[in-house]
Amino acid sequence: MTHIELPSYLDQSADVKDRFDRMKQRPVTLKVNNLHKKFMSSHGEVVALKDINFETYKREFVCVIGPSGCGKSTLIRILAGLETPTSGEVLLDGKAVDGPSQERGMVFQGYTLFPWLTIKKNVMFGLEMAGHSKASSEEQAFQWIDLVGLSKFANAYPHQLSGGMKQRVAIARALANQPRILLMDEPFGALDAQTRAKMQSYLHEIWKNIDVTILFITHDLDEAIYLADRVLVLKANPGEVHEMIEVPVPHPRSPDDLLSPEFLATKKRLEELIHPPETDVAINQDHLNMVRMVSIDNEVESVF
Amino acid sequence: MKLSNLFAVGKKLDNQQRITVSIFSFLLPIFIWSLVSYAPFIWHPKVEISSPGEVGYFKQGMLIDREIFDKEVEAAINESKTIPQGTPANPIYLPAPHEVVIALYTAFTTEPKRRSEKWLHESLWDSIQVIFWGFVLSSLFGVPLGILAGTYDVFSKLFEPFIEFFRYLPAPAFGALAVAVLGIYDAPKIAIIFIGTFFQQVLVVSNTTRKLDPALLEAAMTLGAKKLSLLFRVVIPGIITHLYKDLRLLLGWAWTYLIVAELIGTSSGITWFITQQARYKNFENVFAAIIIIGVIGLTTDLILAALGKKMFIWEKSKAKA
Repeated sequence: MTHIELPSYLDQSADVKDRFDRMKQRPVTLKVNNLHKKFMSSHGEVVALKDINFETYKREFVCVIGPSGCGKSTLIRILAGLETPTSGEVLLDGKAVDGPSQERGMVFQGYTLFPWLTIKKNVMFGLEMAGHSKASSEEQAFQWIDLVGLSKFANAYPHQLSGGMKQRVAIARALANQPRILLMDEPFGALDAQTRAKMQSYLHEIWKNIDVTILFITHDLDEAIYLADRVLVLKANPGEVHEMIEVPVPHPRSPDDLLSPEFLATKKRLEELIHPPETDVAINQDHLNMVRMVSIDNEVESVF
Repeated sequence: MKLSNLFAVGKKLDNQQRITVSIFSFLLPIFIWSLVSYAPFIWHPKVEISSPGEVGYFKQGMLIDREIFDKEVEAAINESKTIPQGTPANPIYLPAPHEVVIALYTAFTTEPKRRSEKWLHESLWDSIQVIFWGFVLSSLFGVPLGILAGTYDVFSKLFEPFIEFFRYLPAPAFGALAVAVLGIYDAPKIAIIFIGTFFQQVLVVSNTTRKLDPALLEAAMTLGAKKLSLLFRVVIPGIITHLYKDLRLLLGWAWTYLIVAELIGTSSGITWFITQQARYKNFENVFAAIIIIGVIGLTTDLILAALGKKMFIWEKSKAKA
């Protein structure tokens, strides 16, 4: 497919290798041990997640990627405490996770800002829940709104904002609680390509400047490689860990890196894992039954 | 403005068109009513005698079936007696629009026939109080129960099956019971409105509560909201605008129970006025009273809608965007 000779995605430059070595010295934030999740459906028992094991280090950026049906949403919902695993455990700073809490902030794919609250009050919500006084919540909320560049909209209501702005508020709202880990479930999935690229840069800026570990779900390979230190690749039916890939693209990253050899090599590897070469049977079963439906005397005889 | 624009599927009319068409929604029934009342060839099955001639039982101002009148005229011609005269008329139970308009005014200015009886505005005020208390009491219990049932499955299963059963029992059927327990004055009437509203209310409110986007609750939980704060800071504000619309709708239902409720025990309020006027065959007053109920209902709803827009600013600006 590619005509350029690409390096292996396992090759890391000295700088990158050094960074990964140092990263692995950091304390472990999140540890997932032998996680299983089974559902009962009308077709019988479905294994959504099977024997998931991985860990993230402090201030690491991990992306989770996989084909549809690999249970990546189930995984993040278990990490958030919104669902309970069938077996296995999730440890945050060594403590077992039990139910949702503000130390695991979450940004959802759909817009989940409270429509009846202004932007400022949305960001204050978590702070007030944590028992901060109104004045102190308000002051902190302003800082976080400023951080995502929406000071002008502090008193606007969510519906007055564009999709990208709404997600920035959602990020500010989750970060205001100063969570240990920020869980993001395809947060930019509903945005157009341009806004999406901008949001990725914003998120990187925020991550660099704040003490937070990020676990980010996406189905966009470019997004995963561009954002992540490491990419957790899942496979479907049942959802299992395929591989934990260390992204060899050096930091700081810019959109120009999308064409660098390291980037392309990583992308090639992800393609192989997520879209394995199709078998003959699959190809034969899925093709268009095309016959020529253009009249013979059509002005344009051929589109080529 | 092209006429075909009016019939574009799924498109909203522009503001001016909407107002015009809404006015027509009232003009159309009034037009049909006028047509039937003023154009003699459409219906007018009766004849109002203007001069009885020599027919013994005819009296001036009497309403007679047209067939009988025609027969008597024929008989009079055959027997060369004075021919009775008359004009086509509608039955007494269908007064013409102008008579009802006059009645709308005179109903308020006519003194009651007996001293113990009430003026129309006093009767109306009684009715409004019955509705008000019935609805307030029902909401006081119905709304919290509905929200609980919509939020917690355990309350849903605890309340709703019985309420589903109970709401099929017609509220007026409890009339005799209500009088036995609560006496003959306003209390049993309020009770009937309560029974008619409450059970529907719990079900409607719980259904509205269940429609709240669960993602909002999940987001709140990951922000540290726990049981009570979830209920008061997320569930209630999240449904409040829909809840308000539900209550406006339910208030309309409460009015439909009013007439039955007021017949229970001592007849009172606007119902007493209507039955009384019907007994005297003052049907223009009956129509006037019915129209007044409609006007009060519609005005209350419009005022509540305007209040809602004031209270829920985030909804108002959404409509504009």
